[in-house]
Amino acid sequence: MDLNYTPEQEAFRQEVRAFIQAELPPEIAHKVKNRLRTSKEDTVRWQQILYKRGWGAPMWPKEFGGTGWDAIQQHIFDEECTAAGAPRQLDFGLRMVAPVIMAFGNREQQEYFLPRIISGEHWWCQGYSEPGSGSDLASLKTRAVREGDNYIVNGQKTWNTLGHHADWIFCLVRTSTEGRPQQGISFLLIDMKTPGITVRPIIMLDGEHEINDVFFDNVQVPVENLVGEENKGWTYAKFLLGHERTGQANVGAWKALHRRVKEIARIEKGDDGRPLIENTRFRDKLAQIEVELLALEMTCLRVLSAGDKKAPGPEASLLKIKGSEIGQALFELAMQACGHAALAYLPEALEAGYTGDFVGGPHAAPAAMDYFNTRKFSIYGGSNEIQRNIISQMVLGL
Amino acid sequence: MDFNLTEEQQQLQDMLHRFVAKDYAFDKRRQIVASEAGYSAEAWRTFAEMGLLAVTFPEDFGGLGGNAFDTLVVMEAFGRGLVVEPYLATVVLCGGLIRDAGTPAQQDALLPAIAGGELLMAFAHYERDSRYALNNVATTAERSGDGWVLNGAKTVVLHGAQAGKLIVSARTGGGQRDNDGISLFLVDADAAGVSRRGYATQDGQRAAEIELQDVRVDADALIGEEGNALPLIERAIDLGIAALCAEAVGAMDSLNEQTLEYLKTRKQFGVAIGKFQVLQHRMADMVIAAQQARSMAILAAAKAQYAESAAERRHLVSAAKTLVGQSARAVGQGAVQLHGGMGVTDEMPASHYFKRLTMINATFGDADHHLGKVSDALLSA
Repeated sequence: MDLNYTPEQEAFRQEVRAFIQAELPPEIAHKVKNRLRTSKEDTVRWQQILYKRGWGAPMWPKEFGGTGWDAIQQHIFDEECTAAGAPRQLDFGLRMVAPVIMAFGNREQQEYFLPRIISGEHWWCQGYSEPGSGSDLASLKTRAVREGDNYIVNGQKTWNTLGHHADWIFCLVRTSTEGRPQQGISFLLIDMKTPGITVRPIIMLDGEHEINDVFFDNVQVPVENLVGEENKGWTYAKFLLGHERTGQANVGAWKALHRRVKEIARIEKGDDGRPLIENTRFRDKLAQIEVELLALEMTCLRVLSAGDKKAPGPEASLLKIKGSEIGQALFELAMQACGHAALAYLPEALEAGYTGDFVGGPHAAPAAMDYFNTRKFSIYGGSNEIQRNIISQMVLGL
Repeated sequence: MDFNLTEEQQQLQDMLHRFVAKDYAFDKRRQIVASEAGYSAEAWRTFAEMGLLAVTFPEDFGGLGGNAFDTLVVMEAFGRGLVVEPYLATVVLCGGLIRDAGTPAQQDALLPAIAGGELLMAFAHYERDSRYALNNVATTAERSGDGWVLNGAKTVVLHGAQAGKLIVSARTGGGQRDNDGISLFLVDADAAGVSRRGYATQDGQRAAEIELQDVRVDADALIGEEGNALPLIERAIDLGIAALCAEAVGAMDSLNEQTLEYLKTRKQFGVAIGKFQVLQHRMADMVIAAQQARSMAILAAAKAQYAESAAERRHLVSAAKTLVGQSARAVGQGAVQLHGGMGVTDEMPASHYFKRLTMINATFGDADHHLGKVSDALLSA
């Protein structure tokens, strides 16, 4: 065993750091670090910068235009990006649909879609959940009926993230009602400009628009856009979930956020007028999160180092549960640190260039909204209860 | 970065797992715990033959030149089997102190004797008033002629009554809570003025209250520099904590396996109780806790041995002990609860694992103590 990074890995870290320092637009980093609103353009711009450097897809193999980096290199890259305030690369294309297209798509699909994902040309979104199908995803009802060279899609998808920006959506649709619910699902790629698609905002508890309903009304989808075989979509969806074993841990982001909460607790004052960080009751909570985050990081590194040698165990679910809990705890503590100032609802203060007054300080403006927003962590991506079901049933055999 | 065991470590682990399964079955352990000695001389001889008692000693002294990862492998296996032999006291704490700070003469005299299984040792450091503070030492050592005279009392000295020699901390200067002025002395356990009251601990191990009344030792009994022992003590305890973390991980894994087996076989309402989601989720959380603890035990081993500074070592070892202590509590209490009435009987091994895990948390600083260390570091970092 050796917990140190190799000299090559340290050199790689320096290379990544130098590149980010030179190329990450400071106005974007400012927004990310201060938890202001970022735009679609910010995300696309950073994607293009990385693409030009050849780093557009840190998690892809070289044959598809990725970096071919090993898991530890990806971890280092992620750590450096989050520490510097780079916007998170869009998961839906790079980490979700792309691996499915690589593994199960045909050559035409690979050649058309993958280059457009990595260049930032195509913005992807996800069509999985439906109003009646949340944790019980396999019960989904959106129908795709074959008519000649097209599927005709009818139904509704919900909890769609950033679909109002999207060029394409990957959908699980029902192509058969025979057998078990899992057996009649197909994986379709749908152009968001197709007639019959309506995107309707869902305003979330923080007052923000990030999430949508997507309605399909007799939407024609060419059969070429079916991935793999008809009625095998559930297998591909499960592959997608298992593929990204450490992505939901978010270690790099939470390390950066831990530093931010520490800074906030130095600025804010306790009841005694001393910096809040000197309040033991508060500080112990931050220390507790630090300890759990260290354990999460080590677990992540263990999983990454094991690579693909080991069959998936409880790791993906473990990392999702712990990662979400730690993130939520940090946002809650950031809000708590702001005291009364957290009450003020100043959504306009989340725009870069805001010149009005703050209540408390700039750090207080996003505090409560972040807390409210991130309650979703333990609900999405397979709720934490579903993750515990997966561990107990799939891994422990209960 | 590499989390794999070396081939030698893998072999060591396999050998230990076989030993625990075959020669240290639970009924055998019961007999050992109930015996007057409180440990098995036979098992100890086996450990000597296996090379376990010299794993981290330099090769010049009959050792294998290993590191804290080797100790991790040994202690994890001991945790699986709830091994009660005085490995932590003799090999990890005292052997480690002699290895790191002993004079060549002390190393020559003691390390081969430990390695061969002939000598048991105990680290007499904590006192009634010190709680977990390592710098709180009231026991005194005064110069007398060429040597020293020791007076004071030590509490809960692990395997103190079984040891042939003690390492005793005592003040050669400074006040009771000063960092400077603490020294370490090698003391024969049967020296005049040493009185020991041995007793069983809650988890089937042994400890002793030790009084020192005008105990005379020669000048060559001093270990390390006079008055400068605190950094040595801190490192020895950190290595001990890393060992305890590994032991806890082994115990938690075994306990989780036992609990899982119980959930699959115990039937109520006509089904295995593991079919009930409320029990499934508790079990899932216990498995997560054990995995997180394993990650921290590895970190503790790495940092106890290879940290860049004492401050980094102490910080990360405290972080590890915090999480391992909390996980040990969650897994231990959860296992007893899921075993139902059987969990609170002496008959079930689960209750014994629970007791050991509880006492590991209470040894060398509990989770609250170490969380406080991590917390205070936030003020300076």
